[in-house]
Amino acid sequence: MNLFGHTITMPELFGQLLIGLINGSFYALLSLGLAVIFGMLDIVNFAHGAFYMMGAFAAYFLLQYTGLNYWWALILSPLIIGAVGAIVERLFLKRLAGFDPLYGLLLTFGLALIIQGLFQNYFGASGMPYAIPKQLTGAYNLGFMFLPVYRGWVILASAAVCFATWLIIERTKLGAYLRAATENPTMVRAFGINVPRMVTLTYGFGVALAAFAGVLAAPITQVRPGMGADIIAVVFAVVVIGGMGSILGSILTGFVLGVVEGLTKVFYPEASNTVVFVIMAIVLLIRPTGLFGRAA
Amino acid sequence: MAEAALAAAPVAADKTVLSVKGLEAWYNESHILHGVDLDVREGEVVTLLGRNGAGKTTTLKAIMGIVRKRTGSVVFDGRELIGLSINRIARRGIAFCPEERAIFSSLTVKENLFLPPQIAKTGAMSAEHIFALFPNLRERLSSGGGKLSGGEQQMLAIARILRTGARFLMLDEPTEGLAPVIIEQIGRTVAELKRAGFTILLVEQNFRFASTLSDRFFVMEHGRIIDAFANSELADRMDRLHEALGV
Repeated sequence: MNLFGHTITMPELFGQLLIGLINGSFYALLSLGLAVIFGMLDIVNFAHGAFYMMGAFAAYFLLQYTGLNYWWALILSPLIIGAVGAIVERLFLKRLAGFDPLYGLLLTFGLALIIQGLFQNYFGASGMPYAIPKQLTGAYNLGFMFLPVYRGWVILASAAVCFATWLIIERTKLGAYLRAATENPTMVRAFGINVPRMVTLTYGFGVALAAFAGVLAAPITQVRPGMGADIIAVVFAVVVIGGMGSILGSILTGFVLGVVEGLTKVFYPEASNTVVFVIMAIVLLIRPTGLFGRAA
Repeated sequence: MAEAALAAAPVAADKTVLSVKGLEAWYNESHILHGVDLDVREGEVVTLLGRNGAGKTTTLKAIMGIVRKRTGSVVFDGRELIGLSINRIARRGIAFCPEERAIFSSLTVKENLFLPPQIAKTGAMSAEHIFALFPNLRERLSSGGGKLSGGEQQMLAIARILRTGARFLMLDEPTEGLAPVIIEQIGRTVAELKRAGFTILLVEQNFRFASTLSDRFFVMEHGRIIDAFANSELADRMDRLHEALGV
């Protein structure tokens, strides 16, 4: 196949599709966390990239200092970083309830810069390697291409966690509390439900999703202080395209845009870093609330 | 059928469940309540009357803790509520049905109905009882909360708070904007709840509706109680009431 002067081979096409799906896995997990947080707290969580990076670092520390392996990190890192998020909500974000969402955005943006600066100061800019767990090394031969086992795992794990989160929010009693409190927190409190605690836990959960993505990413990208800042701009574009606060929208948009990015790398590599932002601009012009968003 | 749904409960005579003294409340800087005194006894239906802006809704919201800036005393079941948060007040056994009904449009009717947690070990009305009181709700269970008519919304809003097990209900203008036939149904429901031993504090503009249901009345003006009387004294008060309420 020949397009824009490039010769495209099948392995190249499928290879980029796979990379696109993997990037999409991270976009989906991160934008899902942002959507959950925005829905409940009305806060655009700019610190999300920093928590993603902290998730990867937590995995690294767990291995270095306690010997707990990847599988432990997959559970413990989201718990630890989620708890850090809950503390941040209680100490800082709680005080901004009722203010313009812009204040939350500025506060979390500042937090992200501080956290990233501290990590950069202590660990430098270069990455620390994190080995792929031995159960997930190697590759499958699919005939038309080789699929590294770890990459396949990332896609599966991300899809499973995204689906479970959607299920909890849309199909359970706990999710009904969340949706109701998003609409009218005062009325939910008047039923005897401790909404402020629910808000704290929701923020912690959104942060835990970012930390989970960080652990998944550690063997692929290495553990670097800048890893969050690199990905977060694209994730925010994904959230804008999908529509702020839409759970299903953020998941689907995450995966689809990862694939679109991958395909652009095949057909027109020069645009691969900007295609998401071009789509964002078009969506903002045609449908400012996003593809899945509801009018405010 | 609906009439037989709830067994009559014995009522301890003259036991005060709610005692409000010197209640003052503010919305931001505006001082709305200037010392409200009222009491509600167990098993009573008590109605707050008054013109728009007299402070009736604010009184309910201040009791519930929804209006946060408040002083004075609100004693419920022998315990002070001033200083408690909304959810803790609710857990003491008070349920509030707001004027705007507050049906969650992103939830189905079923999710709305079963949303409130049971705050009391006993007393939560079973789904069967609720459907006996509000047969229309059963057919609408899978509808979205935003798709209901005004009357259905009001029925759902009342049904929902009966699920909590609270025995003290505050209903803010349950008949507002509803057709006469629906108002009649709501009236029968309130009478039914009273027979079952619920205590009800009502805010109502529809004087005829309130006069058939209430044991006692409090009249509000400018954030104060200006008159209080029993249903038996109603006839003698009509002239003064017309003046106070502008009806």
